[in-house]
Amino acid sequence: MIIMFIPLLIPLVTGASVAFWLLAPVMILGALGMILSRKPVHSAMCLAAVMISLAIQYAALQAPFLFVVQIIVYTGAILMLFLFVLMLVGVDIRESLVETIKAQRTLAVLAGLGLGSLLIFAVGNAIIGPNIGLRADNEEYGGNVQGVAALLFDRYVFAFEATSALLITAAVGAMVLAHRERLTKRRTQADLAETRMQRYAETGQHPGPLPTPGVFARHNAVDTPALLPDGTVSDLSVSATLRARGTILDSRDLVKPVDQTVEAITDENSPHTTEEEQP
Amino acid sequence: MNPTNYIVLSAILFTIGTVGFMIRRNAIVAFMCVELMLNATNLALVTFSHMNGALDGQVAAFFVMVVAAAEVVVGLAIIVTIFRTRGSASVDDANLLKF
Repeated sequence: MIIMFIPLLIPLVTGASVAFWLLAPVMILGALGMILSRKPVHSAMCLAAVMISLAIQYAALQAPFLFVVQIIVYTGAILMLFLFVLMLVGVDIRESLVETIKAQRTLAVLAGLGLGSLLIFAVGNAIIGPNIGLRADNEEYGGNVQGVAALLFDRYVFAFEATSALLITAAVGAMVLAHRERLTKRRTQADLAETRMQRYAETGQHPGPLPTPGVFARHNAVDTPALLPDGTVSDLSVSATLRARGTILDSRDLVKPVDQTVEAITDENSPHTTEEEQP
Repeated sequence: MNPTNYIVLSAILFTIGTVGFMIRRNAIVAFMCVELMLNATNLALVTFSHMNGALDGQVAAFFVMVVAAAEVVVGLAIIVTIFRTRGSASVDDANLLKF
């Protein structure tokens, strides 16, 4: 029974519709994950998933040039710029969940639902006429890239020239905004050493480098705090960023085996030690 | 493939971007929501281009990408500058110009 229908079904299912129905849920989930995740880095990753899926939709819509540009410019350049700035501004920033305007989130979601239904029912129904497709246009000059180029350098040449001015202005603007004027004298190494020794003389702070992370039989990574000779944990031996992120190892887990070993060695009544010592 | 599906997907993505822009406080995430809205618009433009059998929509999407690149560069530079002077990337903290 099913086998009879397969020849009927196959012409209905095209690559474009498979790509659409596979990727549309991914895109919507990615977009929701972007606005709902607490960490900005997760938001950026979700946005990357949405953008790459969008590129595949462009390919399915007979736009191979935009498919490549979407991956190179959007996912490759713009999103990586976002990630660079995230690293610069600090990955650890968490948003406060206190609402400045009362019931702002509820109202925003309601407004979003209204806007969405408006867009879907108004603009979604505006489509009339047959779906022509781009086969003829793409073949007119021998390909999609040639067709886009013919439009870009003929009908839209002034807009294209204007974008060059826009890009130069953006580059100059970014340099002006990110540039920092030096207001104080540059501090040399001699100055830094002097400050360090001054601080040592006044507060007794150790002038040397900070202690390295702990080296244990099971761990020696940077998230492992070192133990001081008296068995306590040195707080200076791990980075403050790692501690703020809460990813350092628990110091009690590190101290426990050391204590057990010390106990086993020093405990004279332990059967293990006595057996070895008696013969 | 029915182009209405693409338009509906584009509208949903645009709406999610708008809601995210309204509820998120982190300036960088709000900026990402703007990018999502621009991307949704691009999808609509490419769909219209496919539907009408003309490449003009693709050229328009290309221009949107160029403008978005310029906008991201300037916007992120502003965010970095604000973070440097005020020590925060939250849009609620930049309120010195409020009455």
